[in-house]
Amino acid sequence: MDKRGDGGIKIKVSIEDKLFLDRFKVAEEPHIRIIDQAVCQERCEEQPCLYLCPANVYRLEKDHISVAYEGCLECGSCRIGCPQLNIEWRFPLGGYGISHKFG
Amino acid sequence: MKETFDVAIVGAGPAGIAAAYCLAKKKRKVIVFERGEYPGAKNISGGVLYGHDLAQVIPDYEKQRCPIERNIVESRLWYLSQDGGYSLSYRDKIFADERRHNAFTVGRAKFDRWFAEQAQGAGALVVSGTVVTDLLRDQQGKIIGVVTDRAEGEVRAKVVLLADGINSPLAAKTGFRPEPKSHQVALAVKEVIELPEEVVDERFAVESGHGVTIEVLGAVTRGMDGVGVIYTNKKSLSVCIGATVEDLARNKVRPYEMLELFKAHPMVAPLIKGGKPVEYMAHWLAEGGYTAIPQLWGDGFLIAGDSGMLFNALHREGSNMAMTSGRLAAETIIEALQAGDTSQAGLSGYGRRLQDGYILKDLKKYKGFGQFLRGHNEVFTTLPAVAGLAAREMLIVNGVPKKAKQKAIWRELRKTISLRRLAKILWAGWRSVR
Repeated sequence: MDKRGDGGIKIKVSIEDKLFLDRFKVAEEPHIRIIDQAVCQERCEEQPCLYLCPANVYRLEKDHISVAYEGCLECGSCRIGCPQLNIEWRFPLGGYGISHKFG
Repeated sequence: MKETFDVAIVGAGPAGIAAAYCLAKKKRKVIVFERGEYPGAKNISGGVLYGHDLAQVIPDYEKQRCPIERNIVESRLWYLSQDGGYSLSYRDKIFADERRHNAFTVGRAKFDRWFAEQAQGAGALVVSGTVVTDLLRDQQGKIIGVVTDRAEGEVRAKVVLLADGINSPLAAKTGFRPEPKSHQVALAVKEVIELPEEVVDERFAVESGHGVTIEVLGAVTRGMDGVGVIYTNKKSLSVCIGATVEDLARNKVRPYEMLELFKAHPMVAPLIKGGKPVEYMAHWLAEGGYTAIPQLWGDGFLIAGDSGMLFNALHREGSNMAMTSGRLAAETIIEALQAGDTSQAGLSGYGRRLQDGYILKDLKKYKGFGQFLRGHNEVFTTLPAVAGLAAREMLIVNGVPKKAKQKAIWRELRKTISLRRLAKILWAGWRSVR
């Protein structure tokens, strides 16, 4: 029996289409920062930030992980989900970031 | 800011605003800081609120034009396998009559804004677009105010109420409560899917203004400890799914892929067919339960709502606990200000009030539930699959005698789980909620 219960189904989702539905007021200064990129490269095998983030903010580049903070949904999961606690995360400046229309 | 307030409140959600409203009604000088552009801008819940707890703050909320989406008359519970599932539902006319507004859906961006306007009407000062970044303490460590991200942003207050929600960088920085562990919070993603009002009425077989909630357990969380929901709004559906941050990180499942698979499930797809997604959001659920509740008051401060882990995961009750804990915090503060003692001892009436009411009693009753789910992963994997297989086999009419079908189901069950384990799961599950 299929333990994961997904029958191995893979589904292609465009996160860009989803984020396009939302209203963002982007602050100039990022509210998320990877403290030490070397830790991600050398010590973090799992790199769960690449999967966990509901806005796909974190992407693996050739020699670092990029942070597209502009589309952050402000859930905070990366902050506690990072096994190396290598993410500095605060709220965007007051009034900036996502603004829910319906909520 | 030079002015000193009686109370500074961090967060204009149901907890903070309920407290602000009650304090303002008693003529206390109260200021609320909201980091969003407007109250509700950052807030989400599945979308169910409860009339009982709201009425204890604002008895005539209906007359004050509270933005209600639908009055819930039916609750469904689904236990799903990959291709199908069981549905248990309960509808009662009492929820349309005497117990109207027992539960109702809202969009939090609209509701929280309305709620904050009521508090402002009562005399509270609500300042949006302002993040509280630190707490002010005196030499003894007593909290005496807040620091905001505005210029000259220090504000002094006799008491600070921390109602800043489950995701709190302020808590992480100041340690007023511990940062949650990754198994203590679920990350839920939510999509609002627009449909014409009559279509929602028809699909859920309800009269105009009435609504349905569906809670979903089983294979939809891809074997992870989590839950899905579908709630009816006036002209839309709220479709949410989530799992603990620990499980999502471990299984490398993208939350939005899990959402799309949920939407494609044969029980879900027909309900949202033709609908237009209009908003996508993410938020934590405070699933730590009773044992994760921090010390909820101290010298010069109290904690209310999600920030204090006051959330009943099993009954999806959170906004009611937020409102009621906010109200009880306000009562405690009024008492403490009158007595002129806002120390931890002076604010201890908060603990007594929470103990006397339903909040801590309910959370205590279910304190083992989170641990049960965490320790019995089969609830999300083997059990829905076998349960689905059993129903499917018994319903298929193909000339095979029922006795033979029963045997085949039994064989499949024994193959996937030992009877001992099954008995243990059922017993542990019962014990965790009894």
